[in-house]
Amino acid sequence: MANAPERDAHSGTTTTGHEWDGLKELNTPLPTWWLWTFYATIAFSLLWLVLYPALPFTGTGLLGSIARQEADADHAARIAAAEPMLARLRQAELPEILADAELRAYAIAGGRTAFGNSCAGCHGAGGQGAAGGFPSLADDDWLWGGRLAEIEQTIRHGIRAPDDAETRLSQMPRFLADGMLTAAQVGDVAEHVLSLSGRGTDAAAAARGASLFAENCVACHGERGEGNRELGAPSLADAVWLYGGDRASVARSISYARAGVMPAWGARLDPAVIRMLVVYLHSLGGTEGQ
Amino acid sequence: MFGFSQAKIERNLILLGILTLITISIGGLVQIIPLFAVEQTIERVGGIRPYTPLELAGRDIYVREGCYTCHSQMVRPFRDERERYGHYSLAAESMYDHPFQWGSKRTGPDLARVGGRYSDEWQVLHLRDPRSVVPASIMPAYGFLDRALDYRGIADRMATLRAVGVPYTDEMVANARADLEAQARPESDGSGFAGRYARARQVDADADPARITEMDALVAYLQMLGTLVDFSEVTPQQLRQQ
Repeated sequence: MANAPERDAHSGTTTTGHEWDGLKELNTPLPTWWLWTFYATIAFSLLWLVLYPALPFTGTGLLGSIARQEADADHAARIAAAEPMLARLRQAELPEILADAELRAYAIAGGRTAFGNSCAGCHGAGGQGAAGGFPSLADDDWLWGGRLAEIEQTIRHGIRAPDDAETRLSQMPRFLADGMLTAAQVGDVAEHVLSLSGRGTDAAAAARGASLFAENCVACHGERGEGNRELGAPSLADAVWLYGGDRASVARSISYARAGVMPAWGARLDPAVIRMLVVYLHSLGGTEGQ
Repeated sequence: MFGFSQAKIERNLILLGILTLITISIGGLVQIIPLFAVEQTIERVGGIRPYTPLELAGRDIYVREGCYTCHSQMVRPFRDERERYGHYSLAAESMYDHPFQWGSKRTGPDLARVGGRYSDEWQVLHLRDPRSVVPASIMPAYGFLDRALDYRGIADRMATLRAVGVPYTDEMVANARADLEAQARPESDGSGFAGRYARARQVDADADPARITEMDALVAYLQMLGTLVDFSEVTPQQLRQQ
């Protein structure tokens, strides 16, 4: 079936010499520009092999380039460029950062960026929080305190963080699960808690719940449910609820307790970056003292 | 070029065979020769250990669900990646991965250093309904992971990994089921488990001590990713590859 190639009269191109049932195949050459581009890429790859560390056992290549060292140098250069401002952030007392307009603007801009990367996953892109135990940071309702040093402590060591010895700790009892209250008593306490924010509907149940509340809850949440930032005990007398403020959610919180966890960032972020976050977060609410 | 025409090669069986062999050899050598350099590639850093049985079960779920199609586990040595994710990934950090989970595409973020960045509770809520915590997320919901974990074959899986070079000891394989249950139940006595696996945390991610779920396993795996090497103690000398 293979014959001598012949020139096709119509296209002027030779055939391959193959013929099947009278069908012949044109042997159209690749365009010259394409062929030379292809050869050029081969030459380029050989050049690349010797310039860069492509071959095992041959070291770094003629350019002496190692991606990791370049990345390290790049990182070091960025840190060095920012270092004057970062050093000022690390050395200043926190209130001094607020007083210094330049430093404050720098910290808020950097804090916003750091927040987007490290905090927004739980607390929301604008610090608005998320349902299910992720508090809003855009108001001045703080669980563990909203003054500058308190925010810094929380970011650095986290809340119930498993890998930080200085983390913020408190543990609410599981009143129903551990048999400290009956289901009916939990309902009464929930009714009393609702009445603290003016939403009670059953005065008799609330009255029964009040005495139980006085025995079990006031040590952390206060007599009028005002909360205690030393213990991370939230206010129960306002309209802000971390795990839902309806009757069922409150009863569930009393029954099984809540223990939100925040990671400790002290080992992950530069102290100056943490201070940027502190200033940025403090500015979101804006009414809390220094 | 080189005087080889297609017609000449097609008609000469021996020439065709030799040229085919040369071509295939090049492809083979490109893949095989670098393996001889593996010893120089893996950094000599401390802290790397095999996965605990629960983490291993979670890793198998990660592979089963195809998490790698949207998430990489490879922080590349670029400034922007270091800013976002942390220190670039080391070869040593995936030396016990069979297969490794570097991935090749990021629809979601890189997960090489996701361990410890979120609380267990967040991971569970996010897996059940990603948009409940990240409104703009396009990740599918994995609420079905709340079903019981099937870990009957966990010891066999560890023995299989040992056959390809993961240093599981006889003791680890023999205690596989007990260690898995100990890690998933923080209230239980975890002293034996803790002795076998350094820096492993007992975790009941879904806060349901009665059951060990696929959710528990996957969260245990996610929470240890990228946490084994303490980079504050690593010297540049240890990071050298050649």
